[in-house]
Order: sequence, then C-alpha cells, then structure tokens
Amino acid sequence: MYRYIVKRLLLAVPTLVGAAALVFVLMRLIPGDICVIRLGSGGAHVDPASVEACRLELGLNNPMIVQFLDFLWSYITLDFGTSMWSGHPVTHEIAARLPVSLQIALMATVIAILIAIPLGTISALKENTWLDHIVRMVAIAGIATPSFWLGIMSLVLVLDITYLATGKPWMPPIDYVPFWQDPIRNLSMVLLPAITVGYRYSAVTMRMTRSAMLEVLREDYIRTARSKGLLEQIIVNRHALKNALLPVVTLIGIEFAFLIGGLVVTEQVFNLNGIGRLFVQAVQNQDNVLTQALVMLVVVIFVTTNLVVDLLYAWLDPRIRFS
Amino acid sequence: MTIVAPNRAAVAGLVEELPERKRSLLGIALNFCRRQPLGTFGLAIVVIMFVAGISAGWIAPYDPEENDFNAMMEAPSWAHVLGTDQLGRDIFSRLVYGARTALIVGFSAAFVGGAIGLVLGVSSAYFGGWFDLGFQRVLDVLMAFPLIILALAVVAVFGTGVFNVILAITIPLIPRCGRVVRASALAVREIPYVDAARALGFGHARIVLRHMVPNVVAPFLIMLSAFVGQAILAEASLSYLGLGVQEPVPAWGLMLQGGAEEYATTAPWIAVFPGLAIMLTVLGISLFGDALRDAIDPKLRDR
Amino acid sequence: MNLRTGLWAVGLGLAAAIAAAPAGAQTPKRGGTLTYMISADASPSFDGHRETTFATVHAVAPYYSVLIRVPPDNPASTTEFVCDLCTEMAKPADGGKTYTFKIRQDVKWHDGSKLTAKDVAATWNKIVFPPQGITSARVSYYSMVEKIEAPDDATVVFRLKYPSAAFIPALADPFTWIYKKEMIDKDPHWYEKNIMGSGPFKFVSYAIGQSIKGVRNPDYYHKGQPYLDAIEGIFAAKQSVRVDAIRGDRAAIEFRGMPPSARDELVKEAGKEIVVQDSDWNCGNIITANHKKKPFDDVRVRRALALAVDQWKGAPALSKIAIVRSVGGIVFPGSPLAATKEELQEMVGYWPDIEKARAEARRLLKEAGAENLKFELINRNVDQPYKFVGTWLIGEWKKIGVTVEQKVVPTGPWFQAMRGGTFDVVVDANCQSVVNPALDTSKYLPQTVYPESYGGYDDPKSVELYNKMLYETDPKAQRVAMRAYEKHTLDTMAHAIITPYWYRIVPARSYVKGWKISPSHYLNQDLANIWLDK
Repeated sequence: MYRYIVKRLLLAVPTLVGAAALVFVLMRLIPGDICVIRLGSGGAHVDPASVEACRLELGLNNPMIVQFLDFLWSYITLDFGTSMWSGHPVTHEIAARLPVSLQIALMATVIAILIAIPLGTISALKENTWLDHIVRMVAIAGIATPSFWLGIMSLVLVLDITYLATGKPWMPPIDYVPFWQDPIRNLSMVLLPAITVGYRYSAVTMRMTRSAMLEVLREDYIRTARSKGLLEQIIVNRHALKNALLPVVTLIGIEFAFLIGGLVVTEQVFNLNGIGRLFVQAVQNQDNVLTQALVMLVVVIFVTTNLVVDLLYAWLDPRIRFS
Repeated sequence: MTIVAPNRAAVAGLVEELPERKRSLLGIALNFCRRQPLGTFGLAIVVIMFVAGISAGWIAPYDPEENDFNAMMEAPSWAHVLGTDQLGRDIFSRLVYGARTALIVGFSAAFVGGAIGLVLGVSSAYFGGWFDLGFQRVLDVLMAFPLIILALAVVAVFGTGVFNVILAITIPLIPRCGRVVRASALAVREIPYVDAARALGFGHARIVLRHMVPNVVAPFLIMLSAFVGQAILAEASLSYLGLGVQEPVPAWGLMLQGGAEEYATTAPWIAVFPGLAIMLTVLGISLFGDALRDAIDPKLRDR
Repeated sequence: MNLRTGLWAVGLGLAAAIAAAPAGAQTPKRGGTLTYMISADASPSFDGHRETTFATVHAVAPYYSVLIRVPPDNPASTTEFVCDLCTEMAKPADGGKTYTFKIRQDVKWHDGSKLTAKDVAATWNKIVFPPQGITSARVSYYSMVEKIEAPDDATVVFRLKYPSAAFIPALADPFTWIYKKEMIDKDPHWYEKNIMGSGPFKFVSYAIGQSIKGVRNPDYYHKGQPYLDAIEGIFAAKQSVRVDAIRGDRAAIEFRGMPPSARDELVKEAGKEIVVQDSDWNCGNIITANHKKKPFDDVRVRRALALAVDQWKGAPALSKIAIVRSVGGIVFPGSPLAATKEELQEMVGYWPDIEKARAEARRLLKEAGAENLKFELINRNVDQPYKFVGTWLIGEWKKIGVTVEQKVVPTGPWFQAMRGGTFDVVVDANCQSVVNPALDTSKYLPQTVYPESYGGYDDPKSVELYNKMLYETDPKAQRVAMRAYEKHTLDTMAHAIITPYWYRIVPARSYVKGWKISPSHYLNQDLANIWLDK
C-alpha cells in the first residue's frame, strides 16, 4: 500500500513540472506584459522609461531559462512569490479569497450528495416510470444549462419576485462575511451561487448514481437476494447501494477537482471575491507570478483528489486493490 | 468497467457465426425511435438546429450584424419575433446564424479532439511501457490545466475568431477522450486474440485499427455526443468571459455577454433566448447520446 | 424716516438678501459614513506615484494631501488651480524658470509628526527623479524640471530648464501625493503597501479585493473639513453590482461613471432618491490607421474611412447605450480652444450630408485602387465604450463596401500591438486628467516627437503647426493656430478619426452633497468636502 502511494506521488512530480512549464510558457507567449498594463491603465499613455524601470524591478528582462529556474527553485523552497500586480505575497492573496470559494465548493458538494444520490437511487429503482423520466430530464437539463446563464436568470428571478412581492428588489450583500460572524448574511450571499454550481454537480452525480445502481441491480447476487425473500429496502441499502457507490464516489471526487473551473464563471456572475475571480484577474493582468501559483494550486488539488479517490476506491472494493 | 465483446470478424473460425436478423437501416432507425422516445426527441432538436443553421440565410428576416439605432432593446413584437438587442439587431436572426456557429464549433472541436484522443489513447494502451506512462502524465497536465488560461493564451497569440476558439476548446477534450479510450482499449488488449494476431505477424497499425479501435468505438461515440454538448457550453463560457468569438459575429455565448447581463432586468429577452437555445441544443444532444448508449451498450440490450 | 418705514426697509433688505443667497446653499452637516463603489477589482498598489489607474485614486487619495489641485468647489475649471498644502499659488519668477511655494505650517501627518517643506521636496524628487529600482509613471510630464529643493522647512523651490505653461497644470496632477521624507528615505517601496498621509481621512483597514476603510482626520488643516465621520470604498468590477448597490442604498455613489442604461434604470426605479450629475469626459477613442501598412499609407484611403462614418447620427444613438456623447475634434469639446459645429463640418468625417460623404469615400477608394478593402480592426477587450464604438464603426464602414473583422484582445496585447506597430487599424484611446488642450493634442504628433503616437507617420508640417499653436500667447491667435493644426491632422492628412468624446454620468443617492463632477474621473477625489444630508 505504501509502495503504491509512493509510486503515485513520484508519478505526480512530472505532472507538476509539466504543468509548471506549460503555464510558464503560455504566460510568456502572450504579447505585452504587466508593466504596460499597469502603467498604461490611464488611457494609453505609457512612459517608456517607466516601463523599463518596472520591467527591471520585476525581473521581466531576465532570460527565460533564468526566470524558469527561479520559478522552480522558489517552489521547491516553498516560496510562492509576490504578486506582480499588488506586491502582496501570493499566499496572502490566495488566503484572502479562499473562504468564499471553499464554502461554495463544499456547499455544492453537500447539495450534490444529499440530493443527487437519493434521487438517482430512486430513479434507478423506479426505472422507466414517470418519476424516473422526470428525474432524468431534470438531470439532463442540469448538464445542458450553461451555469452562468443559470446564475444570471436566477438573480433576475429573485430580483423580480422580491420586487413584485415587497416593492423593493432584494439583492445579495456585496461584501463577504464568514459564516460564524453572521450566518444569515453569509448564506444570503453564498446560497444562490452554491445552488448554481451544485445543480450541475448534482445532475452529473444523479446520472452516475442511476446508471451505477441500474448495473448493480442486474447483478446475479441481487437476484439471489430477492429470491431469498429479503426486504427490498435491505437489499438496496446493504448490498446494492454500497457497490453502486464506488463509481459515484470516484465521480464526486473528480468533479470536485473540476469545480474550480466552474467557480471561475460563477464568481464572475455573482461578483464573489474568490479564487475563480482571482484567476481571471491574474491572467488578464498578466501577473505571471500569481497565475503560476494559482495553476500549480489547481494542479496540486487535482492530483491529490485523484490520488485520494483512487485510494478510497481501492479501500472500498477489495477486488480492485492495487492490481 | 464494462467488458466489450470482441469483434466477430477477428475471431472468425473460433466461434460459430450466429444467425443474424436481417435488418434494413430504416428498420433499425424505426426501432430506435420506438424504444427511445427521449432520444428521438433529442435528435429532432439537433436536426432542427442543423436545419436552422444551414438555412439561416433564407429564414433570417434581418441581417444579424446590422445595427439599427432606431429599434434598440425592443421587446418581442411582430416586427422582431424575439425582440432586439442593445444595438438594435434582431435576436431571432442572430439566434439562427448563431446556430451555425454553435454547431460548427461544437462538432469541430468534438470530432478533432475526439479523433486525436482516440488515436493517442489506443496507441498508448497498445504500446504500453514508457510511452504509456509519459502519455498519462501529459494527459494529467492537460486535464488539470484550467481552460481559461489556455483560451487566453490562444486568444492573445492567435487572436479571436471561430477557428481559434475551436483550437482552444479542442485541447481539453483530447485528454478526456484519451483517458476513456485508453481504459477501454486496455480491456481489449488483454484478450488473447491480440497476441494471436501479433503472432500471426500482423503489423501494429493493422491490429490497432482493425481490432482495437472497433471495440472502443461504442463508448467513443457516446462520449463524442457528450463532447459536442460540452464544446458548445465551453464556447458560451469563453464568450462570456470575453475570450471567445467576438462582435459582431452572431454566436449564442457572445449574445449572453456584456449587454445581456447589463439589461437583464429591463430587457430580459436579450439574455433569455440565447441561453434557452444553448440549453435546448445541448439537451437534445445529451438525450440523443444517452439513447445511443442505451441502444449500443450490450449489457442493457437484452432486457 | 419713521420707525415703520425703517422696519419695512430692514424687512425688504432681509428679503432681498435671502432671495439673493445662492439657491440650495445649505450648511453642511457633520457626520455619517459614505459608502462608495470603486469600479475595479482592486488597486494594484497604494503608491500613487507608481500607478496610473483611477482605482488607486478612488481608493487611496482621501488619505493624502497634494501641493496644488483643481478647486474642489469648481473642479470643471480648466484654468484655475488652488493650493492644498501651499499658502498661495507661486508666481513664476526669474523669466518663468523658478516657482517658489510657501508650505503651510499647521499640517500634521497621521502619525502625529509635523509636515514640512522637506517632505514636499523629497516627494517631488521621488516623482521627477525616481531612484534606481523605483517606478514613477509620470517622469515625462516634468521633463522641464531641473531641480527641486527645500531651503527651509517652509519653502519649496522648483527650478525649470525653460519656462513652460504646462508646468502648473502638471503640478496639479491628482497622483502626486505627498509622502513623509523619513519613510521614503528608509524604504522607498514602503508606500506601495502602506498608507500614511496627511489627508482628510486616516486609513483604517484594507480587505484585499473587497474594501478600504478610513475615518476622519481630526487634525485636518482645512478647518471644518472633512464633514464625514468615515468612508468606505468597496471594490466591484462588475457594473450590475454597482448599479444594484446604489439602487438598494447599500452604497451612495460611484465616482467613475455609468452608462446611460444604468442611469435610466436607477432613475426609473428610485426616482427622487437619485440625483444624476453628468459632464463631458476628457477621454475619447481615436481610430489610428497604421501609416506604414498598405493601403493606409495612402491619404485617400484614410480620408475615405473617415468620410464613411456618420458622426452626427451615430453619436446620439450611441449615447443611449454607451458612455459617449459629444462629437468633437482634437480638442476637448468644453474648452474655449475647441472647434464649433460649423468649423467641424468643414473637415472629413463631419460633413453634414452623409450620402455625399459616402459617395466621395467610395470614389476615393476606387481612385486609390482599394475598392472592397478588407482589414482587421484591433480593439481592447473593454465593453464601454470600446466594443460599442468598434461594432458601430464596422457597421459604418460596411456601407462603403469595406469589410472589417474586429480582433478584440486583452489590454496587454492591445498595448503591444500599438507599440509594436503590428496592427492595420486600432481603436486607440486618449485619456487625460487635467484639461490641457495644448498638451493633450500632442498625441497627434509623429512618433519621433511624441512616443505614444502609434500611427507610424512622419509629418514635419504637423510639428510646425503644433509648435506655432503651443507658443502662441494671444488666446485668439492660439485658437486660429489650433484650427490650422486640427485641419491638417484630421482633414488634410486624416491621421486619425476622432470618435465621439466619452460622457461621464454619475448617479448618486440624493443625500450625497458637496461633490461636483469634472471632466476627469481622476480629479477631486479626496472626499473632504462631501457631506450627507440625512
């Protein structure tokens, strides 16, 4: 088991280095640089001498290979650099924005688990009934709807409904307060985005649960259990569900890693000060240091989630252990 | 996870030919419609979008790029069935031309990404070893890499435009396809007839193309249908962030950007209709893909 | 005169006095917190010398003082400047080459110590002669400055290399905040991440990407001000958020400007609770063709492109959805040096008969062999008004048979395309703070003279006409010279197409008083004279 983990961790290293190289190259392919953007934001007046001074200050004139090695070495020493745009340490910038994104991601996952799994199970049990069809349609609508459009529409809906009902349109608050400080205010800001992100997440999970349950329910041992006269409920809970959950757990894990991508657009729609929006800002400002850090963060999350999911999978299913 | 039965032709002589029910293409199609009503419905939607896109030139009442400053943000009326946007352009016309862009982007990205993923995935499964290990790492990197940076880099270097958007969207599809294909191909690789084929002296290409690929075709096709939907959604997201197709090209995602949000409360039709169009199209494709899988997947065939 | 007549006289006199008082002149009320929106994600750093974005000014200016500035009660003035830290405006001496300012002696830093002329001189030295490794974004504005020194604690002397009318307006630049000499000496980068000034408000806290807060400075030297107890600036790059915040009274005002749609929405829903100020903006988009690329080296092609555009019809239409409004030439429409409508209509692009103009455009294209011209327009990835203007122009050019594809790029590549000369035609921008037409119009000079002119052309005649205008001291003669320069730039050589000037619309909750709009969103942002009527 340890050998497996070590092997996976070693395999992760080229992935990380590859991702680092890719983001490094891509950011430098983009014409222009952060100095021009920052010094020129006042309407296309860029003093060439100031730009040169800025470039020197930020080390943009160093040869590529030097910049790259600097980048790699600093990460090995766990120094993630300072944002070229604001001058604050990268860890500072990310830490300030993590709470919102994390809260949305967690809420979306909870929604997915609490709603999608039961619904998917019921849908599988009552296959081809009207209930099944409705659940399937809802699920497919969930993966077909652009999440940001859903966000815009839901905002407009809430605005219109509250306007009609009370004469004054209700709007979510514009600044973030942590949950323990003021739960109502916090939820009123985070609930709608969490549902928007969670809808798609649930839809995917629902479909996977349904199809996994369907497969398991056809297995011989289920037929045996039925012929033994066991209660349907016990069959479902003790036998079917546990086995069906395997691929579902995998899916939840993988989709969680992809949530970051979904967050980017959702945070734009709801104007949340989270990691997704930081991403967009960093890329648009051509803040190489911050973008690199964010990409590495996403890749690390991705690799870790994959590893955890695989381990979980193997732990849950003795047949699959480390083949 | 599912084990796919080996290609009948490859095991000729080892297994008795089962009597096959003669079925015409039409018969198969009708059977599909009967058994999969939702899937047929989905296919119908896609066909309608196709027709709309192809015949855009004929059925669109207005030029989709013509600004009409006298008719800005008009609600749906007889003159403009779905209203006008903030520059006075007819939304229905833009939707219909937008279908063209959406389908071009969706299918191109899906097919190119799928094809590349297919070849790479199968080769990787077939050759194994270091090639496989390396390929898996590349897949990991591409899968984890956020689409927005790729898209921004493509846009900044190559500029915007339909072709570059397709390029940006294709790249993330390749690893997703490659992964699934590889898994299916790996399953097939273990079956003895591949070794038998090698022993018979068949070349790599022939084995890969004639024996392995046909077996991964089923999950591949299903995935392809999902890809088209994902590509259309990706284009919408990129356009929303300003990194996709640019004004004044009519594209559904672009129609949702900028003006649509700004005027969402005063002129909601600007945002509602393009979003509905995207949703319906992707819904249709997904329904069809689901039905396809139900029809093709042998495990569920015998019910 | 008996008592009754006397009383009558007094009564009448009082009535006359009350009637003569300026309408709406109320006594400012003290107290309250002003919550305002800042239309950006966050300020890059807090150092005004280093940054050029308005976000820095809106977020941080309230905490600092400057040497001189536009008058807070009349910020739209293009000619008046008043003292902030000085006691009176310096008169040019020594043939216009020396300016001596006396500094107030009652100014305290927020940490309690006294502000002296040494701080002022050290700050200005940092701005004009930045030390190695320090970025100062405005060095080129002060190329005429030779030396800055503080012979004692109350005097600052600026010595210029040559007399220049552009010096005083440049000195009033809203980014030139005065820093403490001790801090600059210890660490010139200190002010990038820290705020410690002498302004009307004291810095309290900054939540990254969220908000910046300050409280009243009780020792502020302009007695009576600031009226507000506290201020809070909230960052919101998304317009709908800003509009919603003002609509829901979560914020009172946003200082950059909103598009007409937002204003209409707010007014429709909140009616009397919203008050709108608007003004022409000293910003505009300019269409620059790359004179080094065929066929834009041919003046006929450039003239044709200008002729095709219907400015007079387009401006009012665009003004309904974009932040543009006034058709103008190279001079800011509100300035005395600007062209009148009749004068404009003599130049290409402003002809009153658009059909005639377009026919002429087609004829010119044919003559130049550029019929059915196709090119790429590079535009910046910003909605207001860049993308609207671009889409509008493409529609106009289509009417003379020219096919244009718009390539929209983010800010970095946009700059790179212009500076690198890799474009066909680009949507450029010319944004200034203090209205200074003599300087602002240098944008149209050849690049050899003015590095931020991106058209790639050489034009000695243009330089000649510009200099004639610049050194003219008689206002009437200067106006004539400006017309000549303008005609040469826009008509004879068609170096640029000026699209309608931006328009600044600032809706606010009606209880916000004291703030007056100006042609620039960089000016008048220290918030000292704002008070809340509630």
